[in-house]
Amino acid sequence: MKAPSFRYHAPRTLDEALSLASTLPGPRLLAGGQSLMPMLNFRLVAPQHVIDLNRVAELSGIREDGEDLVIGSMTRQREIEFSPLVQARLPLLAEAIRWVGHRQTRNRGTIGGSLCHLDPSAEQPLVAMAMDARLCIATPGGRREVPMRSFAVDLMTPALEDGEILAELRIAPWAAGHGWAFLEFARRHGDYAIVAVAVLLELDAAGNASRVSIALGGVGATPLRVPAAEARLLGTRVAGTDIEAAAACCAEVDALGDPQVPAWYRQRLARTLCARAIPAALARAAGHAGSNP
Amino acid sequence: MDTIVPAGQVLVPPAAPDVPERTARRMFGQPLPRIEDPALLRGEGRFLDDIPMPDPLHAAFLRSPHAHARVTRIDLSAARALPGVVAVFDADAIARELTGLRMPLGFPSATLQKDITPWVLSCTEVAFVGEAMVMVVAESRAIAEDALALIEVDFEPLPVVHDCHQALDDREPVVRSDAASNVAEQLQVGFGEVDPAFAQAPHVFAESLFVHRGAAHPMEGRGVLARYDPVEDAITVWTSTQMAHEVMHSIAAMLGMDQHNVRVVAPDVGGGFGCKYLTYPEEVAIPAAARCLRRPVKWVEDRAEHFISAIHERDQYWDVEIAVDADARILGIRGRLLHDQGAYTPQGINLPYNAATSVTGPYRVPAYRMDVIICQTNKTPVIPVRGAGYPQAAFVMERLLDRVARELALDRAEVRSRNLVPPGKMPYDKGLTNRAGVRSIVDSGDYPATQAAALARIDHAGFPARQHAARAQGRFLGLGLANAVKATSRGPFESAVIRVSPQGRIDLYTGALAMGQGLATALAQIAAEQLDVPLSMINVTCGDTGRVSLGMGGFASRQTVMAGSSVHLAAVEVRHKALKVGEQMLGVPVDGLRLHDGRVEVAAEPARFLTLGDIARKLKGAPGYSLPPGVTPGLESTGLFQTNSQAHANACHACEVEVDPGTGAVRILRYVAVHDSGRLVNPTLAEGQIHGGIVHGIGNALFEKMGYDAEAQPVTGTFADYLLPTSTEIPQIEVVFLETPSPTNPIGVKGIGEAGTIPVAPAIVSAIEDALAPWGVRVAEAPLSPVRLLELIDAAGAG
Amino acid sequence: MSSEEPLREIAVTVNGTLHRCEVAERKNLADFLRHDLRLTGTHVGCEHGVCGACTVLVDGVSARGCLMLAVQADGCTVETVESLAASEPGPAGLGPLQQAFRDRHALQCGFCTPGILMSLTELLRDDPSPDEEAVRLVLSGHLCRCTGYQNIVAAALQAARARAGD
Repeated sequence: MKAPSFRYHAPRTLDEALSLASTLPGPRLLAGGQSLMPMLNFRLVAPQHVIDLNRVAELSGIREDGEDLVIGSMTRQREIEFSPLVQARLPLLAEAIRWVGHRQTRNRGTIGGSLCHLDPSAEQPLVAMAMDARLCIATPGGRREVPMRSFAVDLMTPALEDGEILAELRIAPWAAGHGWAFLEFARRHGDYAIVAVAVLLELDAAGNASRVSIALGGVGATPLRVPAAEARLLGTRVAGTDIEAAAACCAEVDALGDPQVPAWYRQRLARTLCARAIPAALARAAGHAGSNP
Repeated sequence: MDTIVPAGQVLVPPAAPDVPERTARRMFGQPLPRIEDPALLRGEGRFLDDIPMPDPLHAAFLRSPHAHARVTRIDLSAARALPGVVAVFDADAIARELTGLRMPLGFPSATLQKDITPWVLSCTEVAFVGEAMVMVVAESRAIAEDALALIEVDFEPLPVVHDCHQALDDREPVVRSDAASNVAEQLQVGFGEVDPAFAQAPHVFAESLFVHRGAAHPMEGRGVLARYDPVEDAITVWTSTQMAHEVMHSIAAMLGMDQHNVRVVAPDVGGGFGCKYLTYPEEVAIPAAARCLRRPVKWVEDRAEHFISAIHERDQYWDVEIAVDADARILGIRGRLLHDQGAYTPQGINLPYNAATSVTGPYRVPAYRMDVIICQTNKTPVIPVRGAGYPQAAFVMERLLDRVARELALDRAEVRSRNLVPPGKMPYDKGLTNRAGVRSIVDSGDYPATQAAALARIDHAGFPARQHAARAQGRFLGLGLANAVKATSRGPFESAVIRVSPQGRIDLYTGALAMGQGLATALAQIAAEQLDVPLSMINVTCGDTGRVSLGMGGFASRQTVMAGSSVHLAAVEVRHKALKVGEQMLGVPVDGLRLHDGRVEVAAEPARFLTLGDIARKLKGAPGYSLPPGVTPGLESTGLFQTNSQAHANACHACEVEVDPGTGAVRILRYVAVHDSGRLVNPTLAEGQIHGGIVHGIGNALFEKMGYDAEAQPVTGTFADYLLPTSTEIPQIEVVFLETPSPTNPIGVKGIGEAGTIPVAPAIVSAIEDALAPWGVRVAEAPLSPVRLLELIDAAGAG
Repeated sequence: MSSEEPLREIAVTVNGTLHRCEVAERKNLADFLRHDLRLTGTHVGCEHGVCGACTVLVDGVSARGCLMLAVQADGCTVETVESLAASEPGPAGLGPLQQAFRDRHALQCGFCTPGILMSLTELLRDDPSPDEEAVRLVLSGHLCRCTGYQNIVAAALQAARARAGD
């Protein structure tokens, strides 16, 4: 299991990386390496050139920009996990990131690497979907911004053209006092989830749900939102029957199936996890609304 | 860990007549730290790939991507032309280096189908995904792998046998074109009047069970390094094996060399668990290449190879019936076992044979018959993994007893109590013979006490209240238990040489093989007990055919018993010699002497002493000077403990689980294991064996599945989808030891390496059923995935 | 080595020693440590980042040696198992964590142990008194077939207590 031969490039700037990416034949971008390196070792991929983004400092870091939190694509999961800014403004991401692999892989794995790998049950794309993240893509000619819904094209297929590099993602935090929950089911701790669910919830002064996001990973080819479930909660007091109805919507989403994990099982998990995540999000939101039963 | 005072008799082993054996137990039985540890902890272990061989060549193997295919063309020219490639061997090329192309059969068998073993390399027909076809030798492993990608092969796919049932269908293809049939062997084992027992039984219950066990997966895969010496026409082969001597004999035969010129050395071995108790094709091909190329050649198996080319255990289908009387006492068991052997039979039929003959376990069964059909499939070959058929057999037996309990509305523990062999019946003739025709006699053990200890420890009596309280909160708790017996210490012998040097250093050599259990420490403790020396004075060498001429190696939980007994015999002899020499040199009778701290001292006058080195110097001889009368040359002795009897270890496991009906997840809340492995040489190491065995069993119960599709293509090829348990899936394990000494050997010990694994799956599955009793869920298989458990819950709920 | 193998010069500090060497661009860090520097304490168990045997510390944090190219370690500081005894050697030439492993029988075959020691070294630097759950979470990034993990957890907690008692 030794990687095939390739030429290695370690650009220092994004411009340099873009130039390499657009001129070299058949390049692969190397981010944290936690997915690409196994693929190389198994010889599932054999690129002529590997462009290592780990020395491009401008792609790394977490900052506030107006209302948005901006996370560089090469920001390591470890940095997100321990970021006070993320904990304060993006508690859903802070919670989800602890489900990503193991400490030893989070130390090198990057959020951009995960978004571009786009495993259907990965946590970070799911959070990006739940929070309507916008992805800034550096192109040879400049930049373009793509909402997560458009970025996740299909199974492990991001909306990236040859020569483009994901530079950062921008997330607008939800209002202070919102509720959140991230739950997933995997056979072992640290495995890719079979199904994961992210729930965000804002309550109005009367304790009714005024804003809802429910997203599923591991069910479809890409992480996806469940508008029917969101609609079912919106404007309600998020009572038991509302939660059950929303969870039932999650069980009706078209699911991928394979001999090991059939579609019906993914749907069942979606329902179970949703029914558990909504009350957890509600409890956090209710703490602020103070009026919900 | 607790120790309960031994039940049963204390055994007095034979000792030299005038020098009593030492029974101080200052070493034997003590929880001493291991002598192996410091080097391993400092990163100074020497595993196969750590051996500092200058400038070796590196091998890689082209392996079949097809489960069954004819090879119509192989073109090696591009691979040979790649810079850095030194040689490329196909089957013809390797055959020129060998006496034959077919591997020898591991265990002799008169009844097995002929020509059933694997090829060293196979270039005309391939019969499983992973079969070695071509060997590339290059300046680096990476280049060797580059060359593999340049080999062009045309395959003509052949029909595939993908499981046992298909193998038995007359209309189906044959697994290999040279195989007479897909049935490698068919046999029947049993005793008693089975059919009359069933005819007259008040109750008969039938079960169809599926038991899958995956692969061994030691953290270090296989690996071979060979260096040929043209001056001596000798070869040294380092290999990560559980049986150095048998590998040596295989290499000598296959390379046409005298065994004198073949030395096989097992370096530090990073776990075996059964998969290294075999001579593999690579262990022949690598030395052949080294001799041919006159350069050291190394092959280190990677994990992708291990998944498909190291042996598995895999599938067994059991259709069984149990007959019981009105009081749930067993009258008979009968049935049929279909065993998936894979594409070749490299070792023998010991796995299905063990499974079929160990079903009755610790229970009294008056009549028993099992028909065994060993099916060949186009999958990786099968030999035993830790437990060796016993885990499957225990699963069958314990599932049957749970069924009896349910049908007769009795407590599961009560049904077992009524059927356990009572201590008064020991030794107990099981009514069966082993593969070599020796009667299976259970030597000792107190099974009711073992079960009682487990039930007490887990508070069996208090469980219904816990279960009830949990159900009121919507939680589903279950308790399960299972008993097990393992026949350990398989013979015929093991070797041990103890030699004291004139410098006073004690060297201990054995043909037994250390794979991580702490064998060196255990053997050193047994020797130190007799010689009264600190462990630091003893140097233990395992598995080096250049150091000791005979050896069997590590399998069947045998080494502490077999090698331990040999060490004991040798140490008693060395002790005897030392005291006899002391008697004459110090002029004090033996009973006035003592061996202490590496010296023979005058008991009343400790300042008068001889060191063991002094005595060794005396016994090495001086030209023309006589030795002390009645003492043979050399302060050394060879122990070759020989037996056909087996020491039977037993266990009872009990656990509490919680099942999440929303996901199918099973969480083990408590796990209690009561074990009797006779006298414990080192209780800490013994407990470590139980921990590891249980976690292996948890893997078999809930996680580990070596999956194949209907084309016999493996669907499980990485550690991301072959799920070994990790620290977060494992509860605290509570181990309790009973110590019933075994009368089968001079030190009263029983094996321990496998017993921990055997009862785990049935205990966990029993607990799962108990948790889901409100729905009447029935489980007839292992491993049990969350998907499958939800399927079963749905089926039960719908019914 | 083939003449066509692309090489690159790197400077990497391993266990306190600066090494300047040419390394194959495709070679992973674990193979570089083992074969080029002959630091064979770091083991390779799966080469796809799951088993954790090859875990080393890179600039102070744990990383899979098989999931990082050696060239990526250019300019970095790497710590391997061979460094552990050097800082605070005890009676058997073992550091405190290693000694706790020996005391608690936390290793059997010892193949996976070096990687586990490095992960736990990182944990104990960050959190001198972890609870059992924290230890189990870190350990979940490692596979061990021999021990069943229980004694490893006990050893880590013992090492933490020993450190607290200093």
